[in-house]
Amino acid sequence: MGKDEKRMAEWAANFSDLFYKCFIREDRYKLLLSGIGVTIKVSLLAIVIGILIGMVIATCNLSKKKLLRFIGGVYTDVIRGTPSVTQLMIIYFVIFATVPLDKWIIAAIAFGVNSGAYVSEIVRAGILSIDKGQTEAGRSLGLSAFQTMSRIVVPQAVKNIFPALCNEFIVLIKETAIVGYVGLMDIQKAGDFIKSATFIAFMPLIGTAVIYYVLIKILTLALRQVEIRLRKADAR
Amino acid sequence: MEDRWKNHADMENVMIKVRNLHKKFEDLDVLSGIDEHITQGEVVVVIGPSGSGKSTFLRCLNLLETVTEGEIYVDDELITDPKVNVNRVRQKMGMVFQQFNLFPHLTIMDNITLAPVLLKKMTKEEAVKRGQELLERVNLGEKANAYPAQLSGGQKQRVAIARALAMDPEIMLFDEPTSALDPEMVGEVLDVMKDLARSGMTMVIVTHEMGFAKEVASRVLFIDQGVVMESGTPEEVFGNPQNERTKNFLSKVL
Repeated sequence: MGKDEKRMAEWAANFSDLFYKCFIREDRYKLLLSGIGVTIKVSLLAIVIGILIGMVIATCNLSKKKLLRFIGGVYTDVIRGTPSVTQLMIIYFVIFATVPLDKWIIAAIAFGVNSGAYVSEIVRAGILSIDKGQTEAGRSLGLSAFQTMSRIVVPQAVKNIFPALCNEFIVLIKETAIVGYVGLMDIQKAGDFIKSATFIAFMPLIGTAVIYYVLIKILTLALRQVEIRLRKADAR
Repeated sequence: MEDRWKNHADMENVMIKVRNLHKKFEDLDVLSGIDEHITQGEVVVVIGPSGSGKSTFLRCLNLLETVTEGEIYVDDELITDPKVNVNRVRQKMGMVFQQFNLFPHLTIMDNITLAPVLLKKMTKEEAVKRGQELLERVNLGEKANAYPAQLSGGQKQRVAIARALAMDPEIMLFDEPTSALDPEMVGEVLDVMKDLARSGMTMVIVTHEMGFAKEVASRVLFIDQGVVMESGTPEEVFGNPQNERTKNFLSKVL
């Protein structure tokens, strides 16, 4: 055996030993699997909450009423001006301190509240991107402001803002890696836990990164398919 | 006074009554006191230099612009009253825009049937049947399933007219309907409008097509600096203008 081959064999043995210690021994992979479940649960609910809040705040920001614009402005300003960890901890330990809800739901609310501020700006930009003539045409036919918005403006805006929304979803999923701060065992926390238990840093952290990367890759590919379908309608 | 106005209106079958209409944008006076009666079946063509306020006048009629001062009555209803149901008022008035403003995400048929179905004027089936009739009328019967992006400018504008007609309006407003068209497509749109005029529709048309005005208008309004400078039959306004500004304008465009 040559020198290089020997080194390689050593490295491989070392790697598989680390892999075994970190993921197989004591069924540690199960921690990561349940962590993936937590990350997905929290992210999905947060995305839904974020879209709902985003639409409400965008409506406020576009409103003719000064008070609504003020509320929308303050919301966006405060959320953008503070770190999401701080927001998460305030919502968990202060606002929902005495509310008997599952931990993961409270965390999802926190991330939804955060995402809503960014979604609202995306939605607002999307609505403003639709020509004023579209609204005028709808209103001149006798449609109400709401009917014009929901049947004419929003369907066109969605297509324009879809890539920006996808981007926001991806940021949100990665953002949830801080839920360990309120005691939830997501992917990041599971990897961290393994690191502490085994005193091995390399394998659990790289494993965590790979899992996030694969999750987001799958989501990106799925969303791309949706976008292609949306664009197809244009070509007709 | 108010009653006398009303009786007078009924006698002449006035559909739109405008009194002392003012419109300001910030500090700029765009309309500075317009008084006008438009009777049923009239085809009123509004001409004037750009920036004269003629488009703003038209847009005030269906409240796309909020009126700063003055009153507008449609069918004896004060539509400038803040309490009035704007959506119901607008259903009586079809509007055709310079930029067509078709809904690009909907088929031609859906463009036409959206409002009548949504506002519960017709069932979907009735609306589609009526839509097809209207498309035939503007010579686009075969385009029902096309999308706006597949049509030429002239075709788009004819669809826009059909879309407005689908609400069975009493009045049709046209805001420079041929100004965004290539020259060879102007004729097909004007033909549809002539046909509409012959059918007795009350129409108010802002346009630069003087030939069309001469041929179709029952009355021509010359607006400049936010007021009606001259009003009369096409023969009077084009043949024997009284106002200096009218003469000046016509010498440039004719």
